[in-house]
Amino acid sequence: MSIPSRYHAPFGPAGSAPVDAETARKLLTVALSQGGQYADLFYEYNVAGSYALEEGILKAAGRSVSMGLGVRVMKGDATGYAYVQELTPEAMQRAARTAAQIAAGEQSGAPVSFEVPGQIARYQAADLSLDVSGEQKRELLLRADRAARAADPRVIRVEASLHEELREILIATSTGKLASDRQPMIRFSVRVIADDNGKRQTGSSGGGGRMSLEYFDEPTHSPEAHAREAVRHALAMLDARESPAGQMEVVLAPGDSGILLHEAVGHGLEADFNRKGTSNYSGRIGQRVASELCTVVDDSTLMGSRGSINVDDEANTPLAATLIEHGILVGYMHDQHSAKHYKTQPTGNGRRESFQAHPLPRMTNTLLLAGPHDPEEIIRSVKKGVYARKFGGGQVDIGNGDFVFSLTESYLIEDGKITTPLKGVNLIGNGPDVMGKISMLGNDVQTSDGIWTCGKDGQSVPVGVGCPTIKIASVTVGGTVL
Amino acid sequence: MTDYDINKLIELGALVVERAKRAGADVAEAAVSEGAHLSVKVRMGEPELVEEAGSKSLGLRVMRGQQVAVTYTSDLTPSGLTRFIEDALELAKLSQPDSFAGPPDPSLLSKRSQHVDLDLFDPAIHDIDAAQALDMALRAERAALSSDKRLSNSEGATMTRQAGASALVTSGGFSGGTRGTYASLAVHPVADDADGKKRSGYHWSARRYFADLDTPEQVGLEAAKRTLAKLGSRKISSQEVAVVFDPDAGRSILGLLASCINGGAIWRKSSYLAEREAQPVASPLVTVIDDPTILRGPGSRAFDGEGLLARKQTVVDAGVLKTFILDTYGAKKLGKASTANASRGSSGGVGASTSNFILQPGKQSPAELLAGTDKALYVTDMMGFGFNAVTGDFSRGASGFWVEKGERIFPVSEVTISLNLDDMLKRIDAIASDQDLRTSISTPTFRISSMTIAGK
Repeated sequence: MSIPSRYHAPFGPAGSAPVDAETARKLLTVALSQGGQYADLFYEYNVAGSYALEEGILKAAGRSVSMGLGVRVMKGDATGYAYVQELTPEAMQRAARTAAQIAAGEQSGAPVSFEVPGQIARYQAADLSLDVSGEQKRELLLRADRAARAADPRVIRVEASLHEELREILIATSTGKLASDRQPMIRFSVRVIADDNGKRQTGSSGGGGRMSLEYFDEPTHSPEAHAREAVRHALAMLDARESPAGQMEVVLAPGDSGILLHEAVGHGLEADFNRKGTSNYSGRIGQRVASELCTVVDDSTLMGSRGSINVDDEANTPLAATLIEHGILVGYMHDQHSAKHYKTQPTGNGRRESFQAHPLPRMTNTLLLAGPHDPEEIIRSVKKGVYARKFGGGQVDIGNGDFVFSLTESYLIEDGKITTPLKGVNLIGNGPDVMGKISMLGNDVQTSDGIWTCGKDGQSVPVGVGCPTIKIASVTVGGTVL
Repeated sequence: MTDYDINKLIELGALVVERAKRAGADVAEAAVSEGAHLSVKVRMGEPELVEEAGSKSLGLRVMRGQQVAVTYTSDLTPSGLTRFIEDALELAKLSQPDSFAGPPDPSLLSKRSQHVDLDLFDPAIHDIDAAQALDMALRAERAALSSDKRLSNSEGATMTRQAGASALVTSGGFSGGTRGTYASLAVHPVADDADGKKRSGYHWSARRYFADLDTPEQVGLEAAKRTLAKLGSRKISSQEVAVVFDPDAGRSILGLLASCINGGAIWRKSSYLAEREAQPVASPLVTVIDDPTILRGPGSRAFDGEGLLARKQTVVDAGVLKTFILDTYGAKKLGKASTANASRGSSGGVGASTSNFILQPGKQSPAELLAGTDKALYVTDMMGFGFNAVTGDFSRGASGFWVEKGERIFPVSEVTISLNLDDMLKRIDAIASDQDLRTSISTPTFRISSMTIAGK
């Protein structure tokens, strides 16, 4: 049952100062007054709440509100961008005039009427976590705290936090699109420290997505489940040994290892780098860029996933786009700018961190599809190698394709069996090279729980990743034992 | 528009504190900030982006008894302000009493008359317009690309200028404000390597005062040099060898130390240095200061985020850890006094942070340091996030040069360097005399006697 939300953007239909087609048309006219070829308005209202528990009590609760309008004007490959926080007519006009200056010429046309693109709902924003009583949210954190402490006497610290957000956007373009969306998000995390006679280790678990507190109804998502997982992780690491250094076989667990794809190929297939010819995937459509086991898609349509969107930040409808099919590069991820350059349709990957930033081609949920192998068989096939179970994040150099990603829980594989836990370590490799060395692929695809955030050009956006168990025939493990 | 008038910001802060007190807060602290920036980017000789904007926001921390809440808003309309204050008070009822929560003792608060002018605000910066910024970016990119025909492409050149003012008003009786400016110019050329890979490099200059920036030509030529030097990069075999860090890479190592001596990490027991005060934590060559009083310094501040007078302190003295970095809360948790290192995030929350955190330079030049190095990996760039503060375990991707008999022999990429941070700091066996003035955490070139490289 839904109760009316307390949280509505002032510029939205339920707000105090709704932006209608006429207001949008007027502002776009100002934006194009200097001869720009394209303009858009991006209104954003973001309310976020945070609750942090440590030492057994909810120590801090916080809330933030930010809102504003970003105006973008394009001429050729040049972009003028201006934003304002105040949504008064004068301030909005000022932003439109500032952005207009990228061009220097005569007034160009603004749309006469707008079309509202159709949307398929990939999340619902009728019931918001923000509207639920604070006591209920506090109780979720206290449950995690109790469960973690009860799980093992060696647990000396428990931190649990809940972050909730509503992002309401409205986009109007000079090509006549008018779209809006309400995008909810929650993220829950538990971190513990375990101490065994002075030896300390940390463990964590988290999740969430574009949803409300129904997230916790799933038994594997309950505060207790996350608490137990964090404790398991910390205790496993207490016995961790120094990790080996050098090239070897590595098996990646399903789910979060999708970060490998995100770094090894994902960024390199964002079309802006290719438009500029600065990616090592530039000009390689139709060529083999991965082993033939690999089919990679960017799919913004997964229900409730952290990376899903109903509409991108340029009013385009996102689709599930195939990037690599059986190892062959078949497509890039486009925003409007790169799509125009490649004379193709935008794929709905134009995303921005906030109204204070212009859109870029970005990933949504990047997935490596299932392969033919039984995960057990994959592990059994490894004589000596590393099994990677939990991950801390990664980074890539777009130009040469080198990437790293860090393992926060990994094990030795000896004679086909998972054995000793290893200390935190990085894997380093080259994207096309490592993708070509994927020699086995499991039939056990999992998608990540909602924890990942991707950074590019200083802009952060939420993303999802997913993959089955992956075997890489050879990759460099950055340990300390030669 | 923005006029950077501290008195006006203090007035708004005082109004918020007053209203929060009236609404039931025992403690209220308001942080007001406003700023404006211009950012331009050119690529391959053409303007790509001109972005201009101003912003203003409010952060509030309240306590009801010892229940704490923080709120933030950029909606400064009357209804937005009311909501912002009401939310804070409502959330404070939800949080649970924390016996360590509280404002600093009023006797410790600094007075406005004590706040020295650290020369952080360049009045000329606001006058730099888009045309001038574009011209500088174009010159810098042209200087890079025209210097060598192998530099066939570019990720562009960026010029930004920003100015801001902020104020803090607390119910304990503090009010103060500060203004600052920052300008930066960065160039990012791309070269095609023989193996079909792109090699991208960059260089940047950043200063409080526009006139202190390196010239566009200097920045462009240095960026070109750094990019060309990467051509032909290759992997080296796995081994134990000395590692030299240049200031761009060294900064992140010192940043790890900063995070591990932060009071918040200490009382949370989430630092390997939690029990190591007054003990050796680095080689005797290592002295690190935290100095908020440097004129025109990127991390300088006259007072900290709780209103205490900021002061210079030696954090690591000849390898011995002298003090943690503390705000009032962390100090109480550890039974100590604040080191005046509180910082107030834009969200309204308070934590400890370093100001200008600097590894003190040694006597030899970087060239002399290199000349005295028999075999080493010289690291210019690092990638990834492999660090565990609880244990100190460190492992990151690295690229740079292979050094033999004091000479750079060939460029290296796609390797990792690993060692526990505790051992890394203790194995620092040479520190050069160069100083990097661009960032608040900075190191000269330095060398670690041995780390594990994983490569071929």
